[in-house]
Amino acid sequence: MIELQDVTLKIRRRHVLNGISLKLGEGSFIGLVGENGSGKTSLLKVMAGLLKPTTGTALLSGEPITRRVASEISYMADDDGFYPFFTAQELFAFYETQFRDFDLEKAVEISEFLQVPRTTKLKELSKGSRGRAKIAATLARDTGYYLLDEPFSGLDPMVRMDIAKGLIRFTDPARQTIIMTTHEISEIEPLLDRIVVLKEGRIIAENSVDGIRYEYGVDATKWMVSLFEEQKSEFRGGAR
Amino acid sequence: MTIEFLPDRPIYQQLVDRIIGEIIRGAILPGEKLPSVREYALEAGVNANTMQRVYKELEQVGITEAKRGQGSFVTEDQNKLQFVREELKEQLVISFVQNIESFGFTTDEMVECLQKRGGKDD
Repeated sequence: MIELQDVTLKIRRRHVLNGISLKLGEGSFIGLVGENGSGKTSLLKVMAGLLKPTTGTALLSGEPITRRVASEISYMADDDGFYPFFTAQELFAFYETQFRDFDLEKAVEISEFLQVPRTTKLKELSKGSRGRAKIAATLARDTGYYLLDEPFSGLDPMVRMDIAKGLIRFTDPARQTIIMTTHEISEIEPLLDRIVVLKEGRIIAENSVDGIRYEYGVDATKWMVSLFEEQKSEFRGGAR
Repeated sequence: MTIEFLPDRPIYQQLVDRIIGEIIRGAILPGEKLPSVREYALEAGVNANTMQRVYKELEQVGITEAKRGQGSFVTEDQNKLQFVREELKEQLVISFVQNIESFGFTTDEMVECLQKRGGKDD
Protein backbone atom coordinates (compact mmCIF):
# COMPACT_ATOMS: atom_id res chain seq x y z
CA MET A 1 0.00 0.00 0.00
CA ILE A 2 1.12 3.57 -0.69
CA GLU A 3 0.20 5.85 2.16
CA LEU A 4 0.68 9.60 2.26
CA GLN A 5 0.18 11.49 5.49
CA ASP A 6 -0.25 15.23 5.32
CA VAL A 7 2.33 15.61 2.58
CA THR A 8 3.35 19.10 1.57
CA LEU A 9 5.82 20.03 -1.09
CA LYS A 10 7.45 23.36 -1.70
CA ILE A 11 9.48 23.90 -4.83
CA ARG A 12 11.41 27.14 -4.63
CA ARG A 13 8.80 29.29 -2.94
CA ARG A 14 5.81 27.72 -4.53
CA HIS A 15 3.47 25.45 -2.57
CA VAL A 16 2.95 22.56 -4.95
CA LEU A 17 1.27 20.11 -2.58
CA ASN A 18 -0.72 21.37 0.37
CA GLY A 19 -1.43 18.59 2.85
CA ILE A 20 -2.16 15.43 0.90
CA SER A 21 -3.34 12.40 2.83
CA LEU A 22 -4.12 9.36 0.76
CA LYS A 23 -4.13 5.57 1.00
CA LEU A 24 -3.84 3.57 -2.18
CA GLY A 25 -4.26 -0.13 -1.55
CA GLU A 26 -3.01 -3.00 -3.62
CA GLY A 27 -4.93 -4.14 -6.63
CA SER A 28 -6.56 -1.16 -8.23
CA PHE A 29 -6.49 1.13 -11.17
CA ILE A 30 -6.39 4.76 -10.03
CA GLY A 31 -6.59 8.00 -11.95
CA LEU A 32 -5.07 11.18 -10.51
CA VAL A 33 -6.89 13.94 -12.29
CA GLY A 34 -6.78 17.69 -12.23
CA GLU A 35 -5.97 20.68 -14.35
CA ASN A 36 -2.44 21.56 -15.41
CA GLY A 37 -0.58 22.81 -12.37
CA SER A 38 -2.85 21.00 -9.89
CA GLY A 39 0.10 19.05 -8.52
CA LYS A 40 -0.69 15.62 -9.93
CA THR A 41 2.71 15.04 -11.52
CA SER A 42 4.50 16.16 -8.35
CA LEU A 43 2.29 13.86 -6.31
CA LEU A 44 3.18 10.95 -8.58
CA LYS A 45 6.87 11.80 -8.23
CA VAL A 46 6.56 11.83 -4.44
CA MET A 47 5.05 8.34 -4.65
CA ALA A 48 7.87 7.21 -6.93
CA GLY A 49 10.52 8.57 -4.55
CA LEU A 50 11.69 11.17 -7.06
CA LEU A 51 10.64 14.14 -4.94
CA LYS A 52 10.95 14.30 -1.20
CA PRO A 53 8.02 15.82 0.71
CA THR A 54 8.85 19.10 2.45
CA THR A 55 6.75 17.93 5.41
CA GLY A 56 4.63 14.87 6.05
CA THR A 57 5.39 11.24 5.27
CA ALA A 58 5.14 9.02 2.23
CA LEU A 59 5.17 5.29 2.87
CA LEU A 60 5.27 2.19 0.70
CA SER A 61 4.22 -0.95 2.58
CA GLY A 62 4.92 0.94 5.81
CA GLU A 63 8.47 2.00 4.82
CA PRO A 64 9.41 5.59 3.99
CA ILE A 65 9.62 6.12 0.25
CA THR A 66 13.12 6.97 -0.97
CA ARG A 67 14.93 6.65 -4.26
CA ARG A 68 15.46 3.02 -3.31
CA VAL A 69 11.81 2.18 -3.72
CA ALA A 70 12.31 2.66 -7.42
CA SER A 71 13.13 -1.04 -7.30
CA GLU A 72 9.52 -1.78 -6.39
CA ILE A 73 7.86 0.84 -8.55
CA SER A 74 7.77 1.04 -12.31
CA TYR A 75 7.59 4.73 -13.08
CA MET A 76 6.98 6.24 -16.48
CA ALA A 77 7.80 9.91 -16.93
CA ASP A 78 5.83 12.22 -19.15
CA ASP A 79 8.84 13.67 -20.95
CA ASP A 80 9.73 12.63 -24.42
CA GLY A 81 13.51 12.76 -24.07
CA PHE A 82 13.48 9.09 -23.20
CA TYR A 83 16.94 7.82 -24.28
CA PRO A 84 16.39 9.04 -27.83
CA PHE A 85 19.53 7.38 -29.15
CA PHE A 86 18.34 3.89 -28.19
CA THR A 87 16.24 1.60 -30.30
CA ALA A 88 13.36 -0.07 -28.43
CA GLN A 89 15.46 -3.24 -28.39
CA GLU A 90 18.37 -1.40 -26.79
CA LEU A 91 16.05 0.33 -24.37
CA PHE A 92 14.79 -3.07 -23.20
CA ALA A 93 18.37 -4.38 -22.89
CA PHE A 94 19.24 -1.32 -20.80
CA TYR A 95 16.18 -1.80 -18.60
CA GLU A 96 17.18 -5.41 -18.09
CA THR A 97 20.50 -4.29 -16.63
CA GLN A 98 18.79 -1.73 -14.39
CA PHE A 99 15.85 -3.64 -12.98
CA ARG A 100 15.84 -7.15 -11.63
CA ASP A 101 12.14 -7.51 -12.24
CA PHE A 102 12.42 -6.61 -15.92
CA ASP A 103 11.13 -9.39 -18.15
CA LEU A 104 12.65 -9.16 -21.61
CA GLU A 105 10.26 -11.74 -23.04
CA LYS A 106 7.32 -9.74 -21.80
CA ALA A 107 8.81 -6.56 -23.28
CA VAL A 108 9.00 -8.24 -26.66
CA GLU A 109 5.48 -9.61 -26.29
CA ILE A 110 4.10 -6.17 -25.41
CA SER A 111 5.97 -4.46 -28.20
CA GLU A 112 4.62 -7.02 -30.65
CA PHE A 113 1.10 -6.52 -29.32
CA LEU A 114 1.51 -2.76 -29.72
CA GLN A 115 3.48 -3.07 -32.95
CA VAL A 116 6.48 -1.10 -31.77
CA PRO A 117 9.35 -1.10 -34.28
CA ARG A 118 12.27 -2.48 -32.26
CA THR A 119 15.24 -1.65 -34.43
CA THR A 120 14.63 2.03 -35.19
CA LYS A 121 16.10 4.70 -32.93
CA LEU A 122 13.43 6.11 -30.64
CA LYS A 123 14.09 9.66 -31.79
CA GLU A 124 13.32 8.59 -35.34
CA LEU A 125 9.98 7.06 -34.38
CA SER A 126 6.68 8.91 -34.43
CA LYS A 127 5.48 10.29 -31.12
CA GLY A 128 2.86 7.55 -31.06
CA SER A 129 5.41 4.77 -31.50
CA ARG A 130 7.63 6.31 -28.84
CA GLY A 131 4.66 6.36 -26.50
CA ARG A 132 4.08 2.68 -27.23
CA ALA A 133 7.77 1.83 -26.69
CA LYS A 134 7.74 3.66 -23.36
CA ILE A 135 4.68 1.81 -22.12
CA ALA A 136 6.17 -1.53 -23.26
CA ALA A 137 9.36 -0.93 -21.28
CA THR A 138 7.36 0.22 -18.23
CA LEU A 139 4.90 -2.67 -18.18
CA ALA A 140 7.57 -5.30 -18.78
CA ARG A 141 8.68 -4.92 -15.19
CA ASP A 142 6.88 -7.35 -12.94
CA THR A 143 6.17 -5.15 -9.99
CA GLY A 144 3.42 -4.21 -7.59
CA TYR A 145 3.13 -0.61 -8.75
CA TYR A 146 2.99 1.12 -12.09
CA LEU A 147 3.09 4.91 -11.83
CA LEU A 148 2.36 6.49 -15.18
CA ASP A 149 2.59 10.19 -15.81
CA GLU A 150 0.18 11.27 -18.54
CA PRO A 151 0.44 8.08 -20.59
CA PHE A 152 -2.17 9.33 -23.06
CA SER A 153 -1.30 12.96 -23.43
CA GLY A 154 -0.51 14.32 -26.86
CA LEU A 155 -1.24 11.01 -28.60
CA ASP A 156 -3.84 10.44 -31.26
CA PRO A 157 -6.97 8.37 -30.50
CA MET A 158 -5.67 5.17 -32.12
CA VAL A 159 -2.51 5.22 -30.03
CA ARG A 160 -4.48 6.07 -26.89
CA MET A 161 -6.67 3.05 -27.53
CA ASP A 162 -3.65 0.80 -28.13
CA ILE A 163 -2.07 1.93 -24.89
CA ALA A 164 -5.32 1.40 -23.02
CA LYS A 165 -5.49 -2.14 -24.44
CA GLY A 166 -1.86 -2.73 -23.49
CA LEU A 167 -2.69 -1.69 -19.95
CA ILE A 168 -5.65 -4.06 -19.77
CA ARG A 169 -3.78 -6.93 -21.37
CA PHE A 170 -0.46 -6.67 -19.52
CA THR A 171 -1.32 -5.62 -16.00
CA ASP A 172 -3.13 -7.58 -13.35
CA PRO A 173 -5.12 -5.12 -11.26
CA ALA A 174 -6.06 -7.91 -8.85
CA ARG A 175 -2.52 -7.84 -7.45
CA GLN A 176 -0.95 -4.77 -9.05
CA THR A 177 -1.72 -1.11 -8.53
CA ILE A 178 -1.73 1.19 -11.49
CA ILE A 179 -1.73 4.92 -10.77
CA MET A 180 -1.87 7.31 -13.66
CA THR A 181 -2.15 11.05 -13.97
CA THR A 182 -4.35 12.49 -16.66
CA HIS A 183 -6.13 15.71 -17.43
CA GLU A 184 -8.54 14.09 -19.85
CA ILE A 185 -10.73 11.51 -18.26
CA SER A 186 -13.76 10.83 -20.44
CA GLU A 187 -12.11 8.28 -22.70
CA ILE A 188 -10.28 6.30 -20.08
CA GLU A 189 -12.97 6.28 -17.42
CA PRO A 190 -13.87 2.61 -18.05
CA LEU A 191 -10.26 1.70 -17.34
CA LEU A 192 -10.27 3.11 -13.84
CA ASP A 193 -11.49 1.81 -10.51
CA ARG A 194 -11.00 5.04 -8.60
CA ILE A 195 -10.52 8.70 -9.27
CA VAL A 196 -8.65 11.15 -7.07
CA VAL A 197 -9.26 14.78 -7.99
CA LEU A 198 -6.61 17.38 -7.29
CA LYS A 199 -6.83 21.11 -7.32
CA GLU A 200 -4.14 23.55 -6.27
CA GLY A 201 -2.18 20.86 -4.50
CA ARG A 202 -5.13 19.53 -2.54
CA ILE A 203 -7.36 16.51 -2.91
CA ILE A 204 -10.85 17.89 -3.44
CA ALA A 205 -12.60 14.56 -3.99
CA GLU A 206 -12.06 10.85 -4.28
CA ASN A 207 -14.54 8.22 -5.43
CA SER A 208 -14.88 5.01 -7.40
CA VAL A 209 -16.00 5.29 -11.01
CA ASP A 210 -19.05 3.13 -10.41
CA GLY A 211 -19.67 4.89 -7.09
CA ILE A 212 -19.96 8.20 -8.90
CA ARG A 213 -22.42 6.75 -11.40
CA TYR A 214 -24.38 5.04 -8.64
CA GLU A 215 -24.53 8.03 -6.29
CA TYR A 216 -24.85 10.88 -8.74
CA GLY A 217 -26.12 9.24 -11.93
CA VAL A 218 -23.47 10.94 -14.06
CA ASP A 219 -20.14 9.95 -15.56
CA ALA A 220 -16.82 11.04 -14.10
CA THR A 221 -16.42 14.01 -16.42
CA LYS A 222 -19.75 15.55 -15.40
CA TRP A 223 -18.99 14.79 -11.78
CA MET A 224 -15.68 16.63 -12.01
CA VAL A 225 -17.25 19.63 -13.66
CA SER A 226 -19.82 19.86 -10.86
CA LEU A 227 -17.02 19.55 -8.28
CA PHE A 228 -15.17 22.49 -9.75
CA GLU A 229 -18.34 24.54 -9.85
CA GLU A 230 -19.04 23.71 -6.23
CA GLN A 231 -15.54 24.83 -5.32
CA LYS A 232 -16.05 28.11 -7.07
CA SER A 233 -19.29 28.86 -5.27
CA GLU A 234 -17.76 27.83 -1.94
CA PHE A 235 -14.93 30.19 -2.62
CA ARG A 236 -17.36 32.98 -3.34
CA GLY A 237 -19.23 32.14 -0.15
CA GLY A 238 -16.03 32.54 1.81
CA ALA A 239 -15.91 28.92 2.96
CA ARG A 240 -12.73 26.85 2.75
CA MET B 1 -13.24 2.44 -26.47
CA THR B 2 -14.96 -0.63 -27.77
CA ILE B 3 -18.23 -0.46 -25.85
CA GLU B 4 -20.04 2.81 -25.30
CA PHE B 5 -21.38 3.08 -21.78
CA LEU B 6 -24.33 5.14 -20.61
CA PRO B 7 -23.31 7.78 -18.09
CA ASP B 8 -26.06 7.21 -15.55
CA ARG B 9 -25.44 3.61 -14.47
CA PRO B 10 -22.42 1.77 -13.09
CA ILE B 11 -20.29 0.29 -15.85
CA TYR B 12 -20.25 -3.17 -14.30
CA GLN B 13 -24.07 -3.26 -14.24
CA GLN B 14 -24.23 -2.34 -17.89
CA LEU B 15 -21.88 -5.20 -18.67
CA VAL B 16 -23.90 -7.62 -16.52
CA ASP B 17 -27.06 -6.64 -18.41
CA ARG B 18 -25.31 -6.92 -21.73
CA ILE B 19 -24.15 -10.47 -21.07
CA ILE B 20 -27.51 -11.51 -19.61
CA GLY B 21 -29.08 -10.13 -22.78
CA GLU B 22 -26.73 -12.16 -24.95
CA ILE B 23 -27.57 -15.32 -23.03
CA ILE B 24 -31.35 -14.77 -23.04
CA ARG B 25 -31.27 -13.94 -26.75
CA GLY B 26 -29.34 -17.14 -27.39
CA ALA B 27 -26.26 -15.37 -28.73
CA ILE B 28 -24.36 -17.35 -26.10
CA LEU B 29 -25.77 -20.84 -25.61
CA PRO B 30 -26.37 -22.90 -22.46
CA GLY B 31 -23.17 -24.72 -21.53
CA GLU B 32 -21.03 -22.37 -23.62
CA LYS B 33 -17.85 -20.98 -22.12
CA LEU B 34 -17.59 -17.23 -21.67
CA PRO B 35 -14.38 -15.53 -22.79
CA SER B 36 -11.79 -15.23 -20.01
CA VAL B 37 -12.03 -12.20 -17.75
CA ARG B 38 -9.00 -10.69 -19.46
CA GLU B 39 -10.31 -11.30 -22.98
CA TYR B 40 -13.67 -9.78 -22.25
CA ALA B 41 -12.07 -6.84 -20.44
CA LEU B 42 -9.95 -6.17 -23.48
CA GLU B 43 -12.95 -6.35 -25.76
CA ALA B 44 -15.04 -4.07 -23.57
CA GLY B 45 -12.21 -1.65 -22.79
CA VAL B 46 -12.65 -1.96 -19.02
CA ASN B 47 -10.11 -3.05 -16.46
CA ALA B 48 -9.98 -6.65 -15.29
CA ASN B 49 -11.25 -5.80 -11.80
CA THR B 50 -14.49 -4.51 -13.27
CA MET B 51 -14.83 -7.59 -15.44
CA GLN B 52 -14.15 -9.87 -12.50
CA ARG B 53 -16.97 -8.17 -10.66
CA VAL B 54 -19.26 -8.70 -13.66
CA TYR B 55 -18.49 -12.41 -13.77
CA LYS B 56 -19.06 -12.75 -10.02
CA GLU B 57 -22.40 -11.00 -10.32
CA LEU B 58 -23.45 -13.32 -13.17
CA GLU B 59 -22.59 -16.31 -11.02
CA GLN B 60 -24.61 -14.89 -8.16
CA VAL B 61 -27.60 -14.39 -10.43
CA GLY B 62 -27.14 -18.07 -11.29
CA ILE B 63 -26.98 -17.62 -15.03
CA THR B 64 -23.36 -18.74 -15.21
CA GLU B 65 -21.26 -21.22 -13.27
CA ALA B 66 -17.55 -21.00 -12.56
CA LYS B 67 -15.66 -24.23 -13.06
CA ARG B 68 -12.38 -24.27 -11.20
CA GLY B 69 -9.46 -23.53 -13.44
CA GLN B 70 -11.63 -23.58 -16.54
CA GLY B 71 -13.55 -20.33 -16.44
CA SER B 72 -17.21 -19.35 -16.52
CA PHE B 73 -19.90 -21.29 -18.37
CA VAL B 74 -23.50 -20.44 -19.15
CA THR B 75 -25.73 -22.58 -16.96
CA GLU B 76 -27.54 -25.52 -18.57
CA ASP B 77 -30.21 -25.37 -15.91
CA GLN B 78 -33.32 -24.39 -17.88
CA ASN B 79 -35.17 -23.36 -14.72
CA LYS B 80 -32.52 -20.80 -13.90
CA LEU B 81 -32.45 -19.46 -17.44
CA GLN B 82 -36.24 -19.25 -17.45
CA PHE B 83 -36.18 -17.48 -14.10
CA VAL B 84 -33.70 -14.86 -15.29
CA ARG B 85 -35.68 -14.41 -18.49
CA GLU B 86 -38.90 -13.79 -16.55
CA GLU B 87 -37.12 -11.41 -14.22
CA LEU B 88 -35.71 -9.44 -17.12
CA LYS B 89 -39.16 -9.29 -18.72
CA GLU B 90 -40.62 -7.99 -15.47
CA GLN B 91 -37.94 -5.31 -15.23
CA LEU B 92 -38.54 -4.17 -18.78
CA VAL B 93 -42.28 -3.95 -18.16
CA ILE B 94 -41.79 -1.94 -14.99
CA SER B 95 -39.56 0.60 -16.67
CA PHE B 96 -41.89 0.75 -19.66
CA VAL B 97 -44.89 1.41 -17.42
CA GLN B 98 -43.02 4.10 -15.49
CA ASN B 99 -42.06 5.68 -18.74
CA ILE B 100 -45.57 5.78 -20.26
CA GLU B 101 -47.10 6.97 -17.00
CA SER B 102 -44.70 9.88 -16.96
CA PHE B 103 -46.22 10.90 -20.27
CA GLY B 104 -49.77 10.39 -18.97
CA PHE B 105 -50.67 7.27 -20.95
CA THR B 106 -52.66 4.46 -19.36
CA THR B 107 -51.59 0.82 -19.54
CA ASP B 108 -54.89 -0.14 -21.22
CA GLU B 109 -54.21 2.34 -23.96
CA MET B 110 -50.72 0.99 -24.47
CA VAL B 111 -51.85 -2.66 -24.38
CA GLU B 112 -54.28 -1.87 -27.18
CA CYS B 113 -51.54 -0.15 -29.12
CA LEU B 114 -49.09 -3.03 -28.59
CA GLN B 115 -51.67 -5.57 -29.73
CA LYS B 116 -52.30 -3.61 -32.90
CA ARG B 117 -48.60 -3.43 -33.65
CA GLY B 118 -47.98 -6.99 -32.55
CA GLY B 119 -48.52 -8.76 -35.86
CA LYS B 120 -46.61 -6.21 -37.92
CA ASP B 121 -43.09 -6.60 -36.65
CA ASP B 122 -43.06 -10.35 -35.95
